[in-house]
Amino acid sequence: MRNRVIICEASEIIANGLAEVIDSMAQFDVVARIENPEHLNEKITASDANIVIINPLLLGYQNKEFINQLGKEHPNLVSIALATSYLDHSILTPYSGVIEINDTRSKIISKMNEFAQSETTKKADDVELSKREIDVLIAVAKGMMNKEIADQMNISIHTVISHRKNITRKTGIKSVSGLTVYALLNNLIEENDLI
Amino acid sequence: MSKKKNLFSKDTKLAELIAEDRRLLQLLPRFGITLGFGDRSVEEVCRMNNVSAELFLVLCEIYTDSGYKPDHNELKHIDMSGLLPYLRASHQYYLDERFPHLEEHLQRIIEACGPKYGPMLSHFYEEYKKEVMRHIKYYEEEVVFPYIEALLQGKRTNSYRIDEFEHNHTNIQDVLDDMMNILLKYLPGDILPKERIEISLDIVELSDDLNRHSVIEDHILIPYVESLENALP
Repeated sequence: MRNRVIICEASEIIANGLAEVIDSMAQFDVVARIENPEHLNEKITASDANIVIINPLLLGYQNKEFINQLGKEHPNLVSIALATSYLDHSILTPYSGVIEINDTRSKIISKMNEFAQSETTKKADDVELSKREIDVLIAVAKGMMNKEIADQMNISIHTVISHRKNITRKTGIKSVSGLTVYALLNNLIEENDLI
Repeated sequence: MSKKKNLFSKDTKLAELIAEDRRLLQLLPRFGITLGFGDRSVEEVCRMNNVSAELFLVLCEIYTDSGYKPDHNELKHIDMSGLLPYLRASHQYYLDERFPHLEEHLQRIIEACGPKYGPMLSHFYEEYKKEVMRHIKYYEEEVVFPYIEALLQGKRTNSYRIDEFEHNHTNIQDVLDDMMNILLKYLPGDILPKERIEISLDIVELSDDLNRHSVIEDHILIPYVESLENALP
C-alpha cells in the first residue's frame, strides 16, 4: 500500500530536498508541496493524502489547534513536524513524529516507515465515520464493487479499500450485508436504494 | 516454540475433564458418548462407546485451549475413523439445533422491529442462512465428505482435491459477529432488550464453537485427507 505525502514548508530547498528522499522510497509518493498551510485542508482531501509533514513555525500560535483540527477532519492522517530549528517539546505534542533538519537520509527513511505503520494503529478509539467514509459506506451498502466506487468517487481502489478497513474498524461490522443493515439503521440509505 | 504438555490424559476421569471446561459437554453427543458415565476414565468411556480416546482428547484440547494446534506427527498415529462421523454430527447440530434456535429468537426481534427495520433484518438473516447452507450442506456434506468416503474405499475421483477446500467458516463467523454488533449496538434500544442480550450470548457460544470446528477441519481433517490422497497410487 502506497502512502501519499504532503510537504508544507516555506523553504524550497528544504521542501525539495525532503521530497527527493521520500520519493525515492517505493511505498511513498509526495503528492503536493505547499509553502503555507492556508489551503492544506482542501489539499489533503483533494489528493487523499495520509501523511502531512509540516513545519510548526508556519502555524505560530495556532499550532496545536490547527493540527488537532486536521486530525479530526482526516482521522487517518498522520501529522509529522518538520523541525528546521530547535523546537520546544510542547510544540511537538500534537504531532505523531518529528523529522529534524539534520536527520540523515537513512534516518528519514526509517522514520517514514515507522510513521506509515503508526497510521493503522493510531486513533483506535476514534469511532466517528468521516464524510468520505460515509460516502464509501453508502456505495458499499448499495452493492457497488470497489472498482465502481473508485471510479465514481475519483479515488484509487487502494483508497477505497483503506476507507473500508476504517469503516469496519469503527463500526465493528465486516460483511457487506451487515454494512447495508448499518446504513439503513442510520438512515444513510433507504430500502428502495438497494439494487 | 516449546511443545506444550497436553492438559488431559486417557486416565483422567471424564467427569473431571468436563468440570475443567464445561464446553466439552458439547463433544459428547457428537461422538455418540452416552451420559451416565459415572467415574470412569476417558479411556474407559471411549472404549465403551467405540471412540478413539486419542482423537477425543485432541478435540478436547482444541476446545479448551484456543491457541492449540495439533502436532501433525502426533496425528499420524491416531485412529481417524471417528472424525467424519464427528464432523457430520457437528454439522447436524448447527443446522438442526443452533441455527433454528437463533432464528426463533431473531424472529421475535424482527417482529418487534416493525415494518421499518424488520424486513431488512429478516433479509440479512436469510442471506446469511443461505451462505451457511451453501457451505455446510451443499459443499462440505455433499462434495467434500463423499469425496473423503470414496478415498477411504480406495477410490479416487478426478473432480476434486482437498487442497481446493474452501475455508469459508471465517465468513460465516464474520457475519455472526456483525449480527451481534447490529443487535447490541445499532438497533434502537427499546426493542426487546432482554431477548437481544440472550441471543447475543448464544451467538458468542456458537461463534466460539464454529471457530474450533474450523480448527478441526483445517488442522486435522485436511492433513488427514492429504495423507489418504498420498497413500493412493
